[in-house]
Amino acid sequence: MTVDSTAARKPRRSSGASGAAAKRAGTKKAATKAPDEPQLVQLLTPEGERVTHPDYEIDLSADELRGLYRDMVLTRRFDAEATSLQRQGELGLWASLLGQEAAQIGSGRALRDDDYVFPTYREHGVAWCRGVDPTNLLGMFRGVNHGGWDPNSNNFHLYTIVIGSQTLHATGYAMGVAKDGADSAVIAYFGDGASSQGDVAESFTFSAVYNAPVVFFCQNNQWAISEPTEKQMRVPLYQRAQGFGFPGVRVDGNDVLACLAVTKAALERARRGEGPTLVEAFTYRMGAHTTTDDPTRYRADEEREAWEAKDPILRVRTYMEKEGLADAAFFEEIEAESEALGKRVREAVRSMPDPDTMAIFENVYADGHALVDEERAQFAAYQASFAEEGK
Amino acid sequence: MAVKKLPIAKAINESLRTALENDPKVLIMGEDVGQLGGVFRVTDGLFKDFGEGRVIDTPLAESGIVGTAIGLALRGYRPVVEIQFDGFVFPAYDQIVTQLAKMHARSLGKIKLPVVIRIPYGGGIGAVEHHSESPEALFAHVAGLKVVSPSNASDAYWMMQQAIQGDDPVIYFEPKRRYWDKSDVDFDAIPAPLHKARVAREGTDLTLAAYGPMVKVCLEAAAAAAEEGRSVEVVDLRSMSPIDFDALQTSVEKTRRLVVVHEAPVFYGAGAEIAARITERCFYHLEAPVLRVGGYHAPYPPARLEEEYLPGLDRVLDAVDRSLAY
Ligand SMILES: Cc1ncc(C[n+]2csc(CCOP(=O)(O)OP(=O)(O)O)c2C)c(N)n1
Repeated sequence: MTVDSTAARKPRRSSGASGAAAKRAGTKKAATKAPDEPQLVQLLTPEGERVTHPDYEIDLSADELRGLYRDMVLTRRFDAEATSLQRQGELGLWASLLGQEAAQIGSGRALRDDDYVFPTYREHGVAWCRGVDPTNLLGMFRGVNHGGWDPNSNNFHLYTIVIGSQTLHATGYAMGVAKDGADSAVIAYFGDGASSQGDVAESFTFSAVYNAPVVFFCQNNQWAISEPTEKQMRVPLYQRAQGFGFPGVRVDGNDVLACLAVTKAALERARRGEGPTLVEAFTYRMGAHTTTDDPTRYRADEEREAWEAKDPILRVRTYMEKEGLADAAFFEEIEAESEALGKRVREAVRSMPDPDTMAIFENVYADGHALVDEERAQFAAYQASFAEEGK
Repeated sequence: MAVKKLPIAKAINESLRTALENDPKVLIMGEDVGQLGGVFRVTDGLFKDFGEGRVIDTPLAESGIVGTAIGLALRGYRPVVEIQFDGFVFPAYDQIVTQLAKMHARSLGKIKLPVVIRIPYGGGIGAVEHHSESPEALFAHVAGLKVVSPSNASDAYWMMQQAIQGDDPVIYFEPKRRYWDKSDVDFDAIPAPLHKARVAREGTDLTLAAYGPMVKVCLEAAAAAAEEGRSVEVVDLRSMSPIDFDALQTSVEKTRRLVVVHEAPVFYGAGAEIAARITERCFYHLEAPVLRVGGYHAPYPPARLEEEYLPGLDRVLDAVDRSLAY
């Protein structure tokens, strides 16, 4: 069943996660090649079987593995809570990550604190890994702000809605990191649809030319709203990197271990000054594009069912149970924690105050602007006139 | 006598259908316009009935959409492209401004670019950022582009027909929060010219000028003002480039007062142009300076503040009072 092969050009092996030198537990099997399947790096099969890869190996303690499981379960719970809050009218919109937990947690846990993240609008799991309070992510979906967190406090940039824009910001930031002589890396998230944007192509160009320490992490969830990937490209996405002069690799996006290993290797490559890497996490958007979308108009149910069999959380659980890496008490504990998170998120959203009206005029400029001051004063006087009438 | 009551979105849909039927060179292009029928379902059913050769789901790339539409137009097609939301037109802005707008002039009139760019615009639907903006002035400022916005189903239908049939590029702004408002469409009518303003309500004391989503607000304001014994005329401009200044002048010479209302920021907005021109044309008729009601010089705010930001009945009536107080 398993597929295994190096994708595109092999990254040079020197340290860290890459290399077959990693210790192999007795349970691991060398994966066999199945040419009909997409070529992707996999370390944990959908059946929860641990397999190896010659270039990407990781050796995680049971504790670390349980940590990844916990991250994924809580992220999914947060996401489900947000979806139902939208249904209850507490949020105007929600972009669910259902099915993409492994891609986000795997890549997110590969990052160091000093790395910098440029997300789209769906990276709730990555935000979780960065320590951004999940309730902070909900402000913009509730309509009380356009972001709501300080990007510099967790090195997690604001969500970007205009498709593809952030990949250029990530590249520029990475150019700055390199200029500073720092060994941090930068990661830019985007979707398969986004890869059609000129901005993304330009970020590939710039990052290659300036050898920027950036990892492009594309979650290919097979759809851009109603359009399948064939409407965006005719070659496997990861192969695009080659034409720009840097390596691309396709990883099983529903395999948290593989996502972790591959992202780690790409980040380390960037840190070593070897430039950008494109990681294509081959995954699936289980739900609608957002809560306003209706996938029944364009997508067959069977497709989702086929992907459900590859569920990223289930396979880790199967593996842990099989190998005795976690007991029933652990799973109960996570369940309880998950309930608590749901409750906290629900309460936080329901008690989230509407912004002060005058916030319209705040932070339009850093150094102030006479027209904004004038309009603010006029607006305040106008508002006050209602208060007067009310008396 | 085929008159049907339709929501604006459906009227545009019918208009696109008519255009596809009447002219094999008409193409529909954009993100999600095919199978899904567009995120607002404006192109619903067209893919099914005309196929992927006529109704084209494009890659997610606005510069690509407009740039290739230009190429198709050069080859004799008449593409009608959809930009999914107002804030996403900017990746295509370069193609629109530096190429689409100028090729006719550069070719000394040899090249015609009958490209229609549909943009759902404006706020009031509780969306996240970049989904509620009114960038019409940015396009009206560019010579070579025509810019229009219907406010009712009949105009939505007929102005689309005219935009497609015309040989100039047209930016067709769709008032997204009015998509579901219904009104009569007379399919046998002889429509007014595309750039002709329409008196939507007669009055004698003051003129309210608006287009697109604000026409409804102005009509409501005029009705409210009538209860206070004031006779307010409402002019639906329909077109922001060109603007029918003659019609506006006629109205203002009668009422002697003008308030321009739009959602877009007032600063450098359509209202500024209108105020300047009408002041020139009607200086001796005016009893009050032309006033403007619109958005602030601030980013479009998060949804929970948009009702404060958008011109509503109160702000329009306040401007009416201020004008009448001169
Ligand atoms: C420039 C731009 N055009 C259009 C949109 C509307 N839009 C939002 S998400 C989306 C699809 C994105 O697909 P993909 O990049 O694959 O990411 P996914 O949402 O599937 O994770 C579109 C068309 C946008 N946000 N920005």
